[in-house]
Amino acid sequence: MADTIAPTNPADASAPRQADVRTEEMLVNMGPQHPSTHGVLRVVLRTDGEMVLESVPHIGYLHRCAEKIGENVAPYQYVPYTDRMDYLAGMNNNQAFALAVEKLTGLEVPERAQYIRVMFAELNRIASHLVAIGTYGLDMGAFTPFLYCFREREMLLDLFESACGARLTYSYITVGGVTDDLPDNFVDVCSEFLDYFEPKVDDYNNLLSYNHIFVKRTGGVGVISAEDAIRFGLTGPVLRGSGVKFDLRKAKPYEIYDRFNFDVPVGLPGGTGEIPRGVVVGDCWSRYYVRVKEMIESVKIIRQCLRDIPAADEKEGVCHKKCKTVKLPDDEVYLEIENPRGQLGFYVKGDGSAIPARVKARGPSFCNLCVLEYAGKNCLLADIPAIIGSMDVVMGEVDR
Amino acid sequence: MSWIENRFEEGLMMTSLDWALNWARSSSVWPMTFGLACCAIEMMAVGASRFDIDRFGAGAFRATPRQSDLMIVAGTVTYKMASRLKRLYNQMPDPKYVMAMGACTIGGGPYFKHGYHVVKGVDLVVPVDIYIPGCPPRPEALLEGLMRLQDKIRHETRAIDRVAENNQKLLASV
Repeated sequence: MADTIAPTNPADASAPRQADVRTEEMLVNMGPQHPSTHGVLRVVLRTDGEMVLESVPHIGYLHRCAEKIGENVAPYQYVPYTDRMDYLAGMNNNQAFALAVEKLTGLEVPERAQYIRVMFAELNRIASHLVAIGTYGLDMGAFTPFLYCFREREMLLDLFESACGARLTYSYITVGGVTDDLPDNFVDVCSEFLDYFEPKVDDYNNLLSYNHIFVKRTGGVGVISAEDAIRFGLTGPVLRGSGVKFDLRKAKPYEIYDRFNFDVPVGLPGGTGEIPRGVVVGDCWSRYYVRVKEMIESVKIIRQCLRDIPAADEKEGVCHKKCKTVKLPDDEVYLEIENPRGQLGFYVKGDGSAIPARVKARGPSFCNLCVLEYAGKNCLLADIPAIIGSMDVVMGEVDR
Repeated sequence: MSWIENRFEEGLMMTSLDWALNWARSSSVWPMTFGLACCAIEMMAVGASRFDIDRFGAGAFRATPRQSDLMIVAGTVTYKMASRLKRLYNQMPDPKYVMAMGACTIGGGPYFKHGYHVVKGVDLVVPVDIYIPGCPPRPEALLEGLMRLQDKIRHETRAIDRVAENNQKLLASV
């Protein structure tokens, strides 16, 4: 507020005149209950008028002691808790923990189970990105794409439900394989869905990606350069949006990812190809668009899975017989996989008993969130939801 | 009421004030956007295409507690969040309702034993009207919970309970 107000009548020369409008800094508390913080994130903003000078994230509103629980239950009992860490990508989290325990104990996974795992991890990647895209539209004031994205997501959830019975917290991928074999007509239903889904991506692009208002709101906003992205340890679409072509599925293939052909989409400057003008590499739009592209790549991987999957073997099954009785050796292991949000790592330390001595998770959302202080500086207040939304953080995983 | 029938024009309906008010209130329950954890995703699914909670008049999710009638506590409540939850509840205008969605809000759920930071039931913080079990509850379960809440609203009365009032007067005089 200006301490002296300019007189309304210019003829009144006796009154003091002030040309500039001076403003005062103000602290604004955003969250933990806020529709565009994607859960219970709290951000304290230091604002000067419409400008944000500083944004400090505060976390811990959803701390559910997940790592502590890992020290108290057997690995196969811990799998449901990994579901609830990153609840938008339950399958990927199950897979990360299962792979870490398998590496520690040396359990062998049947080949059919490996194909099923990759297939469901990729299906869940699509489901997770659909939520990310839909809610990002909501944050930017577009309600329609949300309804379209959830329409397709419900079909995906039907597929998950037919395989494991759950819509959100699956625990399907477990230590030693998967809990159950695929239902009879799964391959047909799944390829039918993929045929239906692939053209829908163009719909999302026409509805949201190339929308002029959307590009104006997200293009050139919250730019993170490639060097900074690496410096901050960002992973996943946030890193690739900055133009760094790094994906663990390609760089360090786990499971059977080395058998599939797919591309790693990265952020591109505006004006090249279908990228609209006004877009800069590393801005919110690039991060968003990497997710759209990744859905198409996931469809490619699932198609190859469906083509190559070996027939069911009654004798071998889809899960190792010792999955529930396995003892963890006195050793430690750390393993990372590519989650829809970035690199999800699990550190498991055994001490000879069936219960781990220590479980530690490296969450991609947590590590990606650290860049908010840097990206959410000297921007407009309306850019803050755009930046947080483009990070696609899941608070269950940030706080764990 | 036979003397009143056919005395007015056609299309006029006579009813009790309670019934009319409760009908209006139960058909436009505005929930608050209050997603805490996994259950919030199912709450979003209920608001989206397939389940569409708007069919039952509860689709207008408000971002502020001051405009909402119903707080769907969707997800794990931690001790750090509990004070915020209480404050949000106090900011809601009366009459207000609370729905405890999911196992965590009912009694700690899977975090009951080892979750030192999890409130063992949101009813320790705010009064709860409807409990919806599940981890997370299916969207159908949330719709069922909404219908039970509507039943509850329909049986409320605006009239003063004369018996209770007399009893209170008697108690005060003693």
